[in-house]
Amino acid sequence: MDGTILSTEVMKSGAEALLRALKAQGVDVIFGYPGGAVLPIYDALFQQNAIRHILVRHEQAAVHAAEGYARSTGKVGVVLVTSGPGATNAVTGLVDALMDSIPVVCLTGQVPTHLIGNDAFQEADTTGITRQATKHNYLVKRSEDLARVVHEAFHVAKTGRPGPVLIDLPKDILIAPAPYSEPSFAPHRSYRPRTMPDAVRIAEAIQLLKRSERPIVYTGGGVINAGPEAAKLLIEFVRLTGFPCTSTLMGLGAYPASDPQFLGMLGMHGTYEANLAMHQADVMLNLGARFDDRVTGRLNAFSPGSKKIHGDIDPSSINKSVAVDVAIIGDATEILRALIAAWKKDSYKQDRAPIAQWWQQIDVWRSKQSLRYTQNRDPGSIIKPQYAIEQLYKATRGRETFITTEVGQHQMWAAQYFKFDKPNRWMTSGGLGTMGYGLPAAMGVQIAHPDALVIDIAGEASILMNIQEMGTLAQYRLPVKIFILNNQYMGMVRQWQELLHGNRYSESYSEALPDFVKLAESFHAVGLRAETVDDLDRVIAEMLAVDRPVIADICVDQKENVFPMIPSGAAHNEMLLGPEHKADSGGYTGKSVTDEGLVLV
Amino acid sequence: MPDSSMRSATISVLVENESGVLARVIGLFSGRGYNIDSLTVAPVERDGSKSRITIVTSGTEMVIEQIKAQLGRLVPVYRVLDLSREGPHLARELALIKVVGTGNARQEALRLADAFRARVIDASTESFIFELTGATDKLDAFLDLMRPIGLVEVSRTGVAAIARGKTAIE
Repeated sequence: MDGTILSTEVMKSGAEALLRALKAQGVDVIFGYPGGAVLPIYDALFQQNAIRHILVRHEQAAVHAAEGYARSTGKVGVVLVTSGPGATNAVTGLVDALMDSIPVVCLTGQVPTHLIGNDAFQEADTTGITRQATKHNYLVKRSEDLARVVHEAFHVAKTGRPGPVLIDLPKDILIAPAPYSEPSFAPHRSYRPRTMPDAVRIAEAIQLLKRSERPIVYTGGGVINAGPEAAKLLIEFVRLTGFPCTSTLMGLGAYPASDPQFLGMLGMHGTYEANLAMHQADVMLNLGARFDDRVTGRLNAFSPGSKKIHGDIDPSSINKSVAVDVAIIGDATEILRALIAAWKKDSYKQDRAPIAQWWQQIDVWRSKQSLRYTQNRDPGSIIKPQYAIEQLYKATRGRETFITTEVGQHQMWAAQYFKFDKPNRWMTSGGLGTMGYGLPAAMGVQIAHPDALVIDIAGEASILMNIQEMGTLAQYRLPVKIFILNNQYMGMVRQWQELLHGNRYSESYSEALPDFVKLAESFHAVGLRAETVDDLDRVIAEMLAVDRPVIADICVDQKENVFPMIPSGAAHNEMLLGPEHKADSGGYTGKSVTDEGLVLV
Repeated sequence: MPDSSMRSATISVLVENESGVLARVIGLFSGRGYNIDSLTVAPVERDGSKSRITIVTSGTEMVIEQIKAQLGRLVPVYRVLDLSREGPHLARELALIKVVGTGNARQEALRLADAFRARVIDASTESFIFELTGATDKLDAFLDLMRPIGLVEVSRTGVAAIARGKTAIE
């Protein structure tokens, strides 16, 4: 991108050059909120039809909407906000996108260059504030840099390990004429992420995998980010090898959840079979996951006997918390392609007897049915949240369905009980754990997939964090369904207080809740409520039948906890099982949460 | 088990000379809790387009590998070189050292400076300023000797380092 510009044309303003660059990058929708510093961009937007602008009600929501758009399409999500508070409100969304590796380009207004550093009205040091909140950021100080920076920002956002990129645009740059140049195909000067895996490492991996007796494939968001081809290759590889496969929260949908080789999610609230298989494995293949603390539990007890193979596009993810035996840097699609080819080419014939034995062991763990719960079906009975998700899942089968979530118990139940068979259908804030993510993310998904069924599985506390976006749903007639598991508690906080803080429910009760039915109606949506188990299926059916935004307020058991659970600081084989398994929890009661474990979040 | 012993590493980072690049590097160290024992930076290309940052840090082998990987993924970074691992290298820093005193102390300061090949670059009736270039431990040793005989102020550049032999960073 240096000096290889083929043709330039001077546009009448920076804003025009910006829009032209966005169009060249294939942008068809922007999520934004206007303000003084970005008025020239809004003026340019007004005079064209190629790019649609979705007006959100809060800048944080604009970023989450762009994330939802990006995660459900594989394209870059675009955000436009003003300087100062517009930019600072966007920060949570940017960090969310950074933690979950979501490609987003965020355009922020800035005071004119001559006022930068003067504490001008609505001035904030946006590039300073967002330096650690983005994959990369830019402050455009010269008109001649504008088009190049925009093109480069998209390149950085979507290649390598994807992430948010911010471009800070001083108002004078937006007003002054600016040259426009097309994207350059020359490689970037310094940024050249590696995508093709090293053949030697692939051979080492196959060597280990073929001789394994208790193998496991552990996949993460990297497989989703690599695109649908990676998910297809993952299925091919897992079926080819006959190995069991588990997934992180971020990776759900890459391997079909309804397939018998899938063990369910692993980690803190993962299934018994997934966690014990990780613990006992002799060879682990991690693809596009990062050994997150929610997955590993106590590090020195994490899968202690396994040889570990780690495929990741980000070299800094390798050996960060868990030392691995074989590191493969590359794109998940390319790694899988190479693994499949090498597996087939390798003449060594794997001894299948130990693998069959391994599956027998897994089936024993599976027979424990760690997600079992009991729903009393008598009329008037209280709804179990797990049952609500299962009924929702059943009712949506056969439809093109996208699920977003907020953060907390409902998120874990959604991950456990809603079965995803395709990638890009599951949007949740995994790394940052941002309450208020689900509704705006669902907006972004619905914009990208106008005819699909988009459901935000929410909690009554989380949903209030970005409830203002009900206005956006109404304005654009987005038929998003908000399915609130209402237990009148910040349920995950309550659960930890119950298990770790002596039932002292400090500030976790959702006092003075709104009437969600009336709230929906006041925002021109449909409000529904299920109070007992006999209401549930009717409410779900009604919600799905309506072609308008809906809030379904599902009143669920307040006391229900998410199980299984690996308490902080515990190992995978020290899992807490639910009340259904009281008799066989192996004597581990959770009382032995160590002081060391208590400090972990 | 990973090696848990600490080591010191001298890392050279070739970066695009653009605004904010040093903040990115420093922010990475503070944000992830890595040590910075010394840090120097200056443009090194004739056109000023690239800068070289030399960082002396310490940590376990796993942490140092992390630091290198984290530096490597910053967008404006061209090259990360762990000089302490990739063959022999030279590391030097420069110090300006102000020593105040009269009589014997003054004579002693001059004698020591001579032994260490420190240059006198300023003198008054009651003070000297020495300029001393060398490896960090040489500077430390000189300062330790000067302390009891009137050392009042020090300005050090931090370490600049380069690999021996004909191979260049790029």
